[in-house]
Amino acid sequence: MPIFRHRTVSLLSKTTGPMTVSPAEKPTIPIPGRVMRLGLGPIAVLVAAICLLPVVAVLVAALTGSFDTWRHLMATVLPGYALNTLLLCASVAVGAAALGTAAAWLVTMTRFPGVRIFEVLLALPLAFPAYVLAYAYTSFLSHSGPVQSGLRGMMGWGPAGYWFPDVRSLPGAAIMLILVLYPYVYLLARASFLQQSASAFLAARALGRGPWYAFWAVSLPMARPAIAGGVLLAVMETLADFGTVAHFGVQTLATGIYQSWFSMGDRTAAAQLAFCLMTVALFVTLLDRQNRGRARHNNTGKRFETLSPMPLRGWRAAGAIALCAVPVTLGFVLPVIVLAQMAVGSGQDVTSPRYLHFIGNSLILAGLAALLTMAGAMALRFHARFQAGRGPRAMVEIARLGYAVPGGVIAVGLLVPAAGLDNALDAWMRANFGLSTGLLLTGSIGLMLLAYLVRFSAAALGALDGGLAPVPRSIDLVARTLGAGVPRTIWRVHLPIMAPSVLTGALIVFVDVMKELPATLILRPFNFDTLAVQAFRLASDERLAGAAVPSLVIVAIGLLPVVLVLRTMSLRGRA
Amino acid sequence: MQFPSTPIKALTALALVLTASAAFAEGEVNIYSSRHYDTDERLYADFTAATGITINRIEGNADELIERMRAEGANSPADILITVDAGRIWRAEEAGLLSPVASEVLDTRIPAALRDPAGHWFGFSTRARVIFFDKDKVQNPPQTYAALADPAYKGMVCMRSATNIYSLSLLSAIIANDGEEAARAWAQGVKDNLAREPEGGDTDQLRGVLSGQCPIAISNTYYFARAIRTEVEGLTAADGFDRIGWTFPDQGGHGTHVNISGAGVAANAPNRDNAIAFLEYLASDQAQAYFADGNDEYPVVEGVALAASVAGLGSFTRDDLNLAELGRNQALAQTIYNDLGWK
Repeated sequence: MPIFRHRTVSLLSKTTGPMTVSPAEKPTIPIPGRVMRLGLGPIAVLVAAICLLPVVAVLVAALTGSFDTWRHLMATVLPGYALNTLLLCASVAVGAAALGTAAAWLVTMTRFPGVRIFEVLLALPLAFPAYVLAYAYTSFLSHSGPVQSGLRGMMGWGPAGYWFPDVRSLPGAAIMLILVLYPYVYLLARASFLQQSASAFLAARALGRGPWYAFWAVSLPMARPAIAGGVLLAVMETLADFGTVAHFGVQTLATGIYQSWFSMGDRTAAAQLAFCLMTVALFVTLLDRQNRGRARHNNTGKRFETLSPMPLRGWRAAGAIALCAVPVTLGFVLPVIVLAQMAVGSGQDVTSPRYLHFIGNSLILAGLAALLTMAGAMALRFHARFQAGRGPRAMVEIARLGYAVPGGVIAVGLLVPAAGLDNALDAWMRANFGLSTGLLLTGSIGLMLLAYLVRFSAAALGALDGGLAPVPRSIDLVARTLGAGVPRTIWRVHLPIMAPSVLTGALIVFVDVMKELPATLILRPFNFDTLAVQAFRLASDERLAGAAVPSLVIVAIGLLPVVLVLRTMSLRGRA
Repeated sequence: MQFPSTPIKALTALALVLTASAAFAEGEVNIYSSRHYDTDERLYADFTAATGITINRIEGNADELIERMRAEGANSPADILITVDAGRIWRAEEAGLLSPVASEVLDTRIPAALRDPAGHWFGFSTRARVIFFDKDKVQNPPQTYAALADPAYKGMVCMRSATNIYSLSLLSAIIANDGEEAARAWAQGVKDNLAREPEGGDTDQLRGVLSGQCPIAISNTYYFARAIRTEVEGLTAADGFDRIGWTFPDQGGHGTHVNISGAGVAANAPNRDNAIAFLEYLASDQAQAYFADGNDEYPVVEGVALAASVAGLGSFTRDDLNLAELGRNQALAQTIYNDLGWK
């Protein structure tokens, strides 16, 4: 069969040497399951416990106060907020799913002019903080912006009496969020398509079905866990988003939290709303679980084969180019141009020692957080895979919740128990040793990293889900039968197969942390400024031109790992 | 197998390496600030040069900084909290996070309306909430806040979102001056007069005047003064900046509504003396000029020269309502806006 190439599992694990499944060869270090449980289990429990901390803190705050503000909000603004949240999430889910999946399929399964470039470009909007995109588009499209002013000048229109879509609106916010969030679906779906065995697809083709049918009936369902994982991330990020919706004046549950907290000074009501948000997130997660439970697709083919991509010509190629070019242009090229124009002459010097300090801090935080979060997510995910029962799976779901909660809420939810712990330790040390330890964890980078772990575990887990789903359970069983312990099975079998997903997950966390603002702002040590903090300082002073500079640097740094990971994945996928 | 143990090692290492280095040493003052102007850096540097006291700072939203102080409790390293409105500093005081300061310097230099009577907090600069208008379109601009609710200005008024602190402070002041019912009627009247749904920041309200959408706009003075001093996109001479006129409202009545950048000493301040020294420094003529100039605000100390951009706006009578009222009425103000369906 000339249209595909064969590869065996052993070739996938090139870097670590072949994992032969020959019964003749005995595994070198047989490790009983019990030993493994001692290692993986406690870490998984610890990670889940950390993720649960802010949830509990929020719950306690929500239940220990009065419900007066809550009742006022229910009677006035809350129903509208809930409806807006729902509409926004639904639009983002549909938009991101369609755009991300279509783009991923086109670049992995077909060939058209420019496909290699688009493959990288399509992931770039990920590097944009949604609020920065919102800033760029409002200044570009608002009534006083260049587009409308230009139109008025050209057409001789007055200041009113003509129609122009209002970017500061719910559809506007949905488009912004789709543009920055579709790359989640794109990256995860792409990893899944690359990882998919071709045999099922080929079987459909051999049975006389066209390539489009085979896509719908075979490739798509197999990639569904990955796509659903990406959509779930997009929806949760939408739930947590405050910057974009606040800038656009779209009132959601997240803005409700801040209104109760900041405007009304009512922390209890804020906690009650945050708890609502977590409930919605839990509901969405469970819905996703249930959906997946019904459709389970494992690669059952004995071999992993990759397809030769299908060449597209004529109008099909043009269509593919257009489909890829639209999100890249709107989500990356145009905002970069707008921001660059704003940045010129704003007096922010990127090469100054001050900026190098910002960049260094951002890199340290994002790098450490990506490592820690991915390690924690792997402990949770593999624990759930190898340990039967509801507990391990529940722990994974708990860890996901943080992604749907605004960073400021997570930060305060962690501050309370962490400072409590610090103060208790300090009191104990004073009492017993006459020594004050002060605040150890609070105001340290350590607590920031924990906050990122809570906030972004879902991103890492989503990537791992997508990577693990197509790995047949039978492989686990074979490895175990041959005496390989769980760690060895993970190290030698799973990780090599799912390396693209692990890299993708770590990349998403890295970029997310680069962009993260509220938790960074409130938890950081003295004199510890990052790029996102600098962007915030300038933007909250309404110096958007200045804020464009750190924003562009965030985007530029985010590009590097995006390109790197995509290249690694491409090489693996096409080797 | 190394795999499971690596995260343990990593976690242990992180716990050891990344724990906070507490900033309690002699010669320091730790500031939690929601001011975030690059110009303040110079102010801090001057203080350090003059006194040898090092400044450590964290900037963030006031309410989040307040949460952090609250959580940190007795061991909080915070010496000073700085906010950019009276409502938040009042809230910190209510939460018991600030301690009273008895300072002759502060009490004599800062007007009574701009500080807490008990000395929990002090205002160090003010900004006025002013009515701007399009001179080409508005011949009789509103001279009072109350006039903004006059049906004569139907479809002409642009204002920020009701959740914004400036909108809340203004309504809080009206509640304090005229009572809740009058405030409610005012909020309804202004809502009926809106030219567009509330959107954007103060600069956007001013841009709206020039783009023709907002014949009348409410904004803080410093956003306008900034556009006089430097080039602000959408507010340049080419955009027709000279068309913008302004009135300081209520000159015959309560006076124009102002808000402050305020600071107080933390209840658990580890460097209390340094903190008081810093506040007294902020009230000095030199610091007052910087503190106000950097953000085109008004100094609070009498006799300190105004920045040229600010002086050009003219003089006005300030509403001498004690600013604690802004904090006290803020939740009610939000409730009223919500009841009326304000965005």
